[in-house]
Amino acid sequence: MKLTLPAFVGRIAFSALAALIGAAFALPLLWFLFAPFNARAELGLAVPDPWTLSNFVTVFGNSFAVQALWNSLIQSVGGVILVGAAATLAAYALSRSSLPGKGAVTYILLLFSSVVSGSAAMVPIFLIVSAAGLIDTHLAVILTFAGGLLPTAMFILRDFIDSIPKSYEESAMVAGASPVQAFFDVALPVIRPGIVVVVVWGFVNIWGSFLIPFILLRSDDQMPASVAIYSFYSEAGTPIVTLLAAYSLIYSLPVIALYLFVSWKFGFRFFGGIKA
Amino acid sequence: MASVEFRNVTKTFGSFNAVSDVSFSIGDGEFVCLLGPSGCGKTTSLRMIAGLETPSSGQVLIGGEDVTHYHPKDRQISMVFQDYALYPHMNLADNIAYPLKVRGKSVSDRHGRAKEVADVLKIGHLLDRLPSQISGGQQQRTSLARALVYPSQVYLFDEPLSNLDAKLRLEARGFLNHLQRDMGMTAVYVTHDQAEAMALATRIAVMDQGRIVQYAPPIEIYRRPATTFVANFVGNPPMNLVPVEAMQGDGQLRLAAEGLTLGGLAMSSGIETALGGGKALTLGIRPEHLSIAAPGAVNTISGKLFANENMGPESLVTIERADGSRLTARIFTDEHIALDEDVTLGFGSEHVHLFDGAGVRIAADGEQAL
Ligand SMILES: Nc1ncnc2c1ncn2[C@@H]1O[C@H](COP(=O)(O)OP(=O)(O)OP(=O)(O)O)[C@@H](O)[C@H]1O
Ligand SMILES: [Mg+2]
Repeated sequence: MKLTLPAFVGRIAFSALAALIGAAFALPLLWFLFAPFNARAELGLAVPDPWTLSNFVTVFGNSFAVQALWNSLIQSVGGVILVGAAATLAAYALSRSSLPGKGAVTYILLLFSSVVSGSAAMVPIFLIVSAAGLIDTHLAVILTFAGGLLPTAMFILRDFIDSIPKSYEESAMVAGASPVQAFFDVALPVIRPGIVVVVVWGFVNIWGSFLIPFILLRSDDQMPASVAIYSFYSEAGTPIVTLLAAYSLIYSLPVIALYLFVSWKFGFRFFGGIKA
Repeated sequence: MASVEFRNVTKTFGSFNAVSDVSFSIGDGEFVCLLGPSGCGKTTSLRMIAGLETPSSGQVLIGGEDVTHYHPKDRQISMVFQDYALYPHMNLADNIAYPLKVRGKSVSDRHGRAKEVADVLKIGHLLDRLPSQISGGQQQRTSLARALVYPSQVYLFDEPLSNLDAKLRLEARGFLNHLQRDMGMTAVYVTHDQAEAMALATRIAVMDQGRIVQYAPPIEIYRRPATTFVANFVGNPPMNLVPVEAMQGDGQLRLAAEGLTLGGLAMSSGIETALGGGKALTLGIRPEHLSIAAPGAVNTISGKLFANENMGPESLVTIERADGSRLTARIFTDEHIALDEDVTLGFGSEHVHLFDGAGVRIAADGEQAL
């Protein structure tokens, strides 16, 4: 089919516009990829000349920065394990049991969770954690996040489990399995893709959060990377761009790696029912 | 193998009676079909045998033992689910062998036995596939294999063939029939397909609104349906039912309806009793007992041609009577009949079924009263 001239011009104009918009979005990303390897990086975009790893050497020489990454990992993994395990058990019970008013429970929790993890609750959270004597511990951050993320995690998982036919576990029990066996042998593997979604979502949430650890933690050796990034500011408050860029890249790698791993291993796909 | 018994079992969901005061027993080695329309409580009854549902009142016995409050795992039963419920993350071998795994058998025992059963069901070459990688018919056989892999007291089936296409369904039905004769298994089989029930069952329990309306061998259900409901449910196409007005004269029963010419029927004690309740009865004739007859002859009913469906060896001829009701006849003919042409259908008086005003069968003399 031949294009008419106006249609042809229209297409070119559209493509040019799309390219422009694409470039606008690509620039920060390019900066993000170039600056860490540029010993003289500034806020403007520049191709490194020469390419160097000196910024990374400086970052890894900074024991506070390295410790912060480790702290981030402890807090995120700890929080995610707690959220994943608790949400799975709670959502399974909510989905499969015949408790009266179980629907209301999830919705009310969901409502409160937006309050708990929101900044409005910072003062009460601080007071509670302080009363529990947990200020300046990893546990404080882990528990706070677990509390904040659990309702949404439960909600997502309950929805997921609701869509899985009960007949999986029923057939296991008829075949001779106890409810616990049926859960671990049959239900859990089928629910796993849903758990993975919740875990990734929880990890990204905790890994990237600033306010809660900033408020609940005091000492430098407890701070996660999201807070530590602020140590790359000079006394005058201007960012040390070279270090900041390198650290940001390192900081984002675990999240990217997690996504890649999960989509390679699970492909974010769900096992459907058998019936077409 | 073992017997199964229901004693006054009722199951309510909220205020709704899914199963109402049902009692029946299934003998050792019997293959019983629960047959009935959607929502009549078949699945609920089956699930109470399996222990997946607890009766609101009454008892369930397996092998003479009261298992009403036993967990499913303690009942030694097998069940084939309508959606097959194959575990999507296990290959066929592990799916089939799962009941053995739960029983603590070794991996080699498990896979050996799974292979044996799978070979019988002709899926032995698929054992390392996942359920998502096999066809619907193969999935059905896998779920059957899982139910057969260990010896059970009772085998339960919940519409296991309903997701198969017509040809596979016939094939699977034949296989189940063979299996039943071969193993002599005690089985309870839920279906709403009357042909399936007729083909498989040693006895059929016809259910309606949570109750059993008739519990008898297939041939009995076909020959002597207990109510108009059963008459209408069993048979393909179902029995024709014609409302008639009854009169008594010369010691004979005369039935009158538009277009119906019927000789007198012998009176019986059953008819006497029924007439006490009113003159409105229902006459039933199976489509396969109707044939084309001369207009005005005795034992005929007439109307205008409504449809003529050629099914190959036979035709389904449907006529519409003056009041708009229809009758269908299964006739071996390829005669052309024009739409709205007058058609007269004849029948032998020995094929006449009579039901009283409440739709309950009126037993002829010598026939066992219900
Ligand atoms: N868990 C439940 N909660 C409430 N009502 C239920 C439940 N299970 C079944 N029922 C109701 O009980 C009645 C009988 O259900 P059942 O599943 O036994 O029907 P069925 O005869 O198997 O029908 P079908 O042929 O459609 O499968 C239905 O009206 C159904 O809506
Ligand atoms: Mg059902």
